[in-house]
Amino acid sequence: MNFWLELLIKVGLALAIMLPVALVVIFGELKISAHMQSRVGPYFAGGRWGWAQPLADGLKFMQKEDLVPADADDRVYKLAPYIVLMGTLALYVVIPIGPDAVARDLDLGVFYVLAVSSLSTLGVLMAGWSSANKYSLIGGLRAAAQLIAYELPLVLAVIAVAVQAGSLSLNDIVNAQASFHLFGVESILGRDVTWISSLISPFMILQIVGLVIFLVASLAELSRIPFDMPIAESELTMGYLTEYSGLRFTMFFLGEYAGLVSMAAIAATLFMGGYSFPGVSEDVLNFLGPVILLSKVMFIAFVFIWLRWTFPRLREDQLQTIAWKWLIPAGLINIVATAIFKVAF
Amino acid sequence: MTGRKMPTLPFKGLRTGMWLTLKTLFKKPVTVHYPLEKETPVPRARGVIALDTEACTVCMLCARECPDWCIYIEGHKEEQPPAKEGGRVRTRATLDRFDIDYALCMYCGICVEVCPFDALFWSPDFEYSELGISEMMHDKDRLTYWLSTVPDPPKLESN
Repeated sequence: MNFWLELLIKVGLALAIMLPVALVVIFGELKISAHMQSRVGPYFAGGRWGWAQPLADGLKFMQKEDLVPADADDRVYKLAPYIVLMGTLALYVVIPIGPDAVARDLDLGVFYVLAVSSLSTLGVLMAGWSSANKYSLIGGLRAAAQLIAYELPLVLAVIAVAVQAGSLSLNDIVNAQASFHLFGVESILGRDVTWISSLISPFMILQIVGLVIFLVASLAELSRIPFDMPIAESELTMGYLTEYSGLRFTMFFLGEYAGLVSMAAIAATLFMGGYSFPGVSEDVLNFLGPVILLSKVMFIAFVFIWLRWTFPRLREDQLQTIAWKWLIPAGLINIVATAIFKVAF
Repeated sequence: MTGRKMPTLPFKGLRTGMWLTLKTLFKKPVTVHYPLEKETPVPRARGVIALDTEACTVCMLCARECPDWCIYIEGHKEEQPPAKEGGRVRTRATLDRFDIDYALCMYCGICVEVCPFDALFWSPDFEYSELGISEMMHDKDRLTYWLSTVPDPPKLESN
């Protein structure tokens, strides 16, 4: 097949799948947050349950004027939302959605994920700098400080997974989880324990420390409450988003939720077995894989939403304390422990 | 004895909070879907001020006491022929205009309190929103209509 045609189809497919998923997550956020506060949330848009609310919001944003502040650095200001959105969408390239279904199975998949996921930080910093607004600037700098602090625990959590799986390719990590045994232990006290290992095959159990670190750090990477100091409304109006309106704001908004979905997809792939499910054979997985992965993604997205609507925003120093004093040492210990187990068994 | 804290499991606040939001998630929301279903306000709710034009003597006390000057009153004297031939002409104050600007009204109820002739009443009706702020000025007829929604006063106590 023509290379460019194939590329076009892949890009179109990625957008056709990921943007609706992001919209679903936005709708889920509206509804779940409402019910957590004993409200009903959107109710009338689209008829039933207000299902069309995210679409209506998007259409409303698109009608707004695309304002550029007079003092703004024009080009940088206009480019920033694209970089944020691209940074999150580019992650989908390496996420395997089935045994044979992956856009590009890189050997350095995990490395690519970590590198690209910090690309959107650059977009945020650009937005903050170019807006010519003190709130935007402080928001952008806070985002930079936060993302530097939380990039480390994220990487450390992922390293432990890579050590345990013995590979940096996401597909191999999924396979390692699907066919994983308790560090090679087949029997404990003379009893066959392979059935246990088939149950606990995802790294969710063995890498529980890593999973928690990864989830907390990715919350911070996405700068969602309780880690949303970059856009803290009570202090910074809207942080780096202050000056944005119309379509560019929509892109930031979509980027935020697409980022949530991509982070959830990566967490699901690294820790929860990705497209695989205990007891489901590989032939079936080619069809069921995307569904399994999607349900895992939705579960993690729910946890993110749940956390957001439970906790207030942290203070800037508390944020740094959590990263440097707790998550990074825990991540390092986790790596050491994983490596020892890996070598010992 | 120093009050030493009992050791608890870590992340107590975290657990309590998460459990609370999860519980609330599955509870029935308290929302009343307003246009479809309505709450009945309590009988003496301060919804809107109703006017009894028969009782009003155009004394202007309400208009003067109103903290944000939202009451507009105009009236004139109507002359009536004297009772006896050669007597003084009798006069009667007649109400021409009694408007309340509900865009300004802050529902303090001072006008209702101050009225010496019991011409103003609280009505629990609350559905009089308008599309423009200038349309919030309601006239005598509208205020009189609201009189029909005023609940009966509470019964006098026996003995």
